[in-house]
Amino acid sequence: MNNRIIEKFSRLKSDGRGGFIPFIVAGDPDLQTTKSLIIELCKADATVIELGVPFSDPVADGVTIQTSAERALRKPIAVRDILEIVADVRVEGFETPIILFSYFNPILQFGLKEFAEKAKATGVDGCLITDLVPEEAEEFRAILAEKELCLIMLAAPTSSDERLQKICDKASGFVYAVSRAGVTGARTETSSDAKVLVSRIRKFTGLPIALGFGISNASQVEETWKFADAAVVGSAIVAEMIKSSPNPDSVEEDFVEKIGDFVKKLLP
Amino acid sequence: MNNYQPNERGYWGEFGGRFVPETLMFPLEELTEMYFSVRDDADFQAQFLQLLKDFSGRPTPLFHAQRLSEKLGGAQIYLKREDLGHTGSHKINNAIGQVLLARKMGKKRVIAETGAGQHGVATATVCALFGLECVVYMGTEDMRRQALNVFRMRLLGAEVRGVDSGSKTLKDAINEALRDWVTNVDSTYYLLGSALGPHPYPLMVRDFQSVIGREAREQIIEKTGSLPDCLVACVGGGSNAIGLFHPFLNDESVRMIGVEAGGKGNVLGEHAARFNEQGGGKIGVLQGTKSYLLQDTNGQIALTHSVSAGLDYASIGPEHSFLHSIKRAEYVSASDNEALDAFQILSQTEGIIPALESSHAIAYLQKLAPELSPAQTIICNLSGRGDKDVNQVQEMLLTK
Ligand SMILES: Cc1ncc(COP(=O)(O)O)c(C=O)c1O
Repeated sequence: MNNRIIEKFSRLKSDGRGGFIPFIVAGDPDLQTTKSLIIELCKADATVIELGVPFSDPVADGVTIQTSAERALRKPIAVRDILEIVADVRVEGFETPIILFSYFNPILQFGLKEFAEKAKATGVDGCLITDLVPEEAEEFRAILAEKELCLIMLAAPTSSDERLQKICDKASGFVYAVSRAGVTGARTETSSDAKVLVSRIRKFTGLPIALGFGISNASQVEETWKFADAAVVGSAIVAEMIKSSPNPDSVEEDFVEKIGDFVKKLLP
Repeated sequence: MNNYQPNERGYWGEFGGRFVPETLMFPLEELTEMYFSVRDDADFQAQFLQLLKDFSGRPTPLFHAQRLSEKLGGAQIYLKREDLGHTGSHKINNAIGQVLLARKMGKKRVIAETGAGQHGVATATVCALFGLECVVYMGTEDMRRQALNVFRMRLLGAEVRGVDSGSKTLKDAINEALRDWVTNVDSTYYLLGSALGPHPYPLMVRDFQSVIGREAREQIIEKTGSLPDCLVACVGGGSNAIGLFHPFLNDESVRMIGVEAGGKGNVLGEHAARFNEQGGGKIGVLQGTKSYLLQDTNGQIALTHSVSAGLDYASIGPEHSFLHSIKRAEYVSASDNEALDAFQILSQTEGIIPALESSHAIAYLQKLAPELSPAQTIICNLSGRGDKDVNQVQEMLLTK
């Protein structure tokens, strides 16, 4: 498969480096700022950028990302609008891999085939669907694969070996290991389940493994790199965004720069 | 003959399945396995039936509502009196079944969501009976309009946690219960209250509620010598309706009608009629299942409105979507005002104060019964009693 995610991880590997995957919610505080933030994250040397599609009912998310999604949904946002933002970033010459992180329903309503076509055309590289388990994923996986787009699958500490096998069979790009049972949200320490899970996943796949849920500082990122290929930081960045723009309708000029500085400090 | 069983992935036709975070898949697999092991287990079923009888007072009567039948001037109306069961609604049937399952699985902590509060009360009741810790999530809007049930739950020893997100109603309570479950998977049993959510819940809840239809089928044959012509039930998530309908599905002569909440208008946001395609009802995925869903064009879940908290929900159980798609059941709606009228009519003609949810089914009888002949019969599920709604109705009537 010809895909930016795959290329990026193989370069990381040959350089012997760990990957860094920041997450932000599209539309918080507004879509134009999202575009500037993506560019800032590209400049901060993100390995992959996870762009969250805000959803009205984010059952897998803790309060921080719930709040961010609510802020984003002050105005209606179509998946199409989010894809356009990615197209704008590509036009400006930034080539960092970008994946959409979404619940299934917004993508389903867009239309799975239409989504894949449009995603490919705008320069999105893959998709991670929080509530799409391997048993439900085949149709979408095949549609994405036809356009050389990755489907990133989630594995959890509660997943049995049998399930890990199914997950890895459907996955492409990388596997997202959920560090602990629970919803998203920043923690200052990574659970010991995480390391066990990553080594269990390795038995079933040669794909890179990113660890996420609860990683919120540079020392956790460094710790993660000892056993996983990349660290995902979500809620910590989103919390900083909410703190730095308490009123999403009037955002200060240096907002993007501030978030950029915060993100750079997450790197060891 | 169709057995109306879902396939091994929990699908009826294209509806159902499991759309959940991966963390919940293992507990769902475990639950499914446990459920299938007790489904045909004579001891478990005997224990279930014994509690339904001794604790809840089943069988509930099938009552010939003669004055209402006369007043409407058509079919003979029979009410299946779920309002007479312990805690005042059909919700107790499912709560007993699932608490027995939770015990079998060794879980000491039970969580539930509730809309009208009836499921919360039923869960709190059965947890008290078995000494289990019980936490109930409830939207703060629902806590306001069903304040009596909040007090009942606390009295029964449950912790009620208010949910302030979204429309502050049933959907938001389910989100919060799912978040709790995903965080406490090992210790916790999630006791979902309607025929909703990921497999195996829609199947399991339907099975536990089917006692309603099995009894009603025997009772009507005993009373009239034949099957009913029509079944009517209100549909929130769909548990009382599917419980009544299911044992009749292979009786081809029996029509079945589910009554959704028509709310105060036809525009998205003003109602909870999921099969109203002009009103924003469309197939989608929410809270673990693929079914009809009230949503906007971007796939965001819409706010809903109904005078009755128990019907105020954006999605509907997948088996109902299936019955709708194959046209085995019909789905209609009754408005807030029609339900309020029916609430008073049943009180005055039969001396029975119905729950506002059940009042939607009664409201539809006013249209249906006159179209049928006095030789025909309707069974209407009186899913719950209206004590919990009396304050709210009084307020509404005063301000009307
Ligand atoms: C009395 C009563 N009837 C009906 C319902 C709706 O639920 P379902 O459609 O699952 O029967 C409720 C839910 O709270 C209820 O309390």
